[in-house]
Amino acid sequence: AVMELPPSHYAAARAAALAAHYACYRRGSPGRGLALRAVRRASRQDIDDVGHKYYLELVLEDVLDKDSTVNCTAEVLYHLGNKNIAPDVQFTIEGELKNTDEADNVFYNRIKSLEKELVAEKIPDSHGNVPPEMEPIRLLAWAASGYVIWQNSTENTIFQLAQIKHVKQVKRIDEYLEFDYMILLHEMVSQEIIPWQMTVLWHPQHTVQVTEDSRQPKHASE
Amino acid sequence: TPNMKLILIFSALFGASLCLETFVGDQVLRIKTRNEEEVKKLQLLESLEHLELDFWINPSTPALPVDVRIPANSVQAVKAFLESHGIEYSILIEDLQVVLDKEKQDMACSQQKERSSNSFNYGTYHSLDSIYAELDHLASEYSNIVSKLQIGKSYEKRPLYVLKFSTGGSNRPAIWIDAGIHSREWVTQASAVWIAKKIASDYGKDLSITSLLNKMDIFLLPVTNPDGYVFTHTTNRMWRKTRSKNQGSPCVGVDPNRNWDAGFGGPGASSNPCSDSYRGPSANSEVEVKSVVNFIKNHGNIQAFLTFHSYSQLLMYPYGYKCTEPADYAELDALGRAAASSIRSLYGTTFTVGSICSTIYQASGGSIDWSYDYGIKYSFAFELRDTGRYGFLLPASQIIPTAEETWLGLKKIMEHVRDNPY
Repeated sequence: AVMELPPSHYAAARAAALAAHYACYRRGSPGRGLALRAVRRASRQDIDDVGHKYYLELVLEDVLDKDSTVNCTAEVLYHLGNKNIAPDVQFTIEGELKNTDEADNVFYNRIKSLEKELVAEKIPDSHGNVPPEMEPIRLLAWAASGYVIWQNSTENTIFQLAQIKHVKQVKRIDEYLEFDYMILLHEMVSQEIIPWQMTVLWHPQHTVQVTEDSRQPKHASE
Repeated sequence: TPNMKLILIFSALFGASLCLETFVGDQVLRIKTRNEEEVKKLQLLESLEHLELDFWINPSTPALPVDVRIPANSVQAVKAFLESHGIEYSILIEDLQVVLDKEKQDMACSQQKERSSNSFNYGTYHSLDSIYAELDHLASEYSNIVSKLQIGKSYEKRPLYVLKFSTGGSNRPAIWIDAGIHSREWVTQASAVWIAKKIASDYGKDLSITSLLNKMDIFLLPVTNPDGYVFTHTTNRMWRKTRSKNQGSPCVGVDPNRNWDAGFGGPGASSNPCSDSYRGPSANSEVEVKSVVNFIKNHGNIQAFLTFHSYSQLLMYPYGYKCTEPADYAELDALGRAAASSIRSLYGTTFTVGSICSTIYQASGGSIDWSYDYGIKYSFAFELRDTGRYGFLLPASQIIPTAEETWLGLKKIMEHVRDNPY
């Protein structure tokens, strides 16, 4: 049975957030970040012995250019039972996304030509500031966190990237760029701030890859 | 020769134009020359130093206009000269002194504003001490309608300060507004201070606020959780809870918005002291919560309870602890939508409207559930900007726009409360 949901309902909001994060993981880069702008329509189907499937019509926006939006349809299947399986997500973006080859290449060359490995912390800082040269580092984390969020989402979670605590470039002999990130994820149902480590690989024209990721313990004193 | 005549006339005026100390009656003309001959005539004028003509744009080419300040006593003569030679001109400034006087006035006014407001920058995030100093300042600058009350002390003994906005009367029906119950939601404390200033300065100027304050009082608690707020500055920017010690646990703090006596202990709050949604050992165990409850109960005439959180851009009414509709669902939903519409009218920011339970999650022990069940019909919770791009770390440049748009939604609700006493 397929049931229409009001777009403002939390179940629709959670599935939509997941779909948007997944889309950002698949399409994001240091030159492009995608975020959820609105949920147009949502419906849910309970499939016996399988799980709950959501059909969504979304609007995504380009994080760097708020006026640039695209329509997106997505299907999200949360599997019943075993909570260790990531939800299945499929999406289609209608129309073209802005080409980011130039921005990506500029960033790539900039990092490649650094004498010392890039190190940075607290992006954004406490006051919400992001130095302009750190914006691509942030967008890369935004895309990579989409993977981590996708892998760890359930119908009872809704994640956002809260902050990059620390990022360190790891020099490689091949053409890929590698960054070791320590991020903070904000899980909105429990309201927890969860530290997470992720190792990110990237090269222009390639999808962002997360080769390693692990949840970190929260310090009791903090 | 005609030019010699000119020089004689202007020289005669020379004596009269001595010792000008003001610019009363001085005029600034813009002269349009059509050819080289006209330019040369103006250059002759320029050479007569005793006229004390002050060229702002010198005559050089027919392509450009010539702007010149003429001392009052020379104005008629220069105009006569231009007219007799058929040279076009227009008056840029009729009386320069008038312009200068206005400028001086404007500067004095803004200097006074800066001095009297201690230059508090509403568009940046402040320490607790700085916010508290500004509350004092508002209470003194607008002492006819603003006073500061202390309704209790935090766990770490910091004062809980409420601003009371009142034009008199005795225990008038009142509106309660609080911010910063969750300390990491910095845009809420910042917006509350801006809103305090807005209410105070708009009284007597804005029809709506003036009529509201002529009938009702407003109580505003800008920093509901000062211990947490200080902690976000000194140690952990992401701290949410109070800073109370939990017996038998190394973990500190209780989620103050799970600690109210509304479905306390039910689903949507944690029993684990290490959790960010820990409800606490019992309802009202947190002194910050108890202080507000006591104030509201003792006042006895609160008509609306409005609370600020961030982020998500939501405007919600009860319930959170159960998923059934409140009795006043239709009115609250309609009012919420009207307020969201007002918010959107300013910068296009969209707020989703609904009950807590259907919009975000089931959550027990929340403040607006308590206030609603206590009898305060107009109970709303705002989740301010943004929707996740910056989340808690909202750039300071968005504080004022956030406060401005939130203010419109707040006004919409307050107007309805004013017009619908119960």
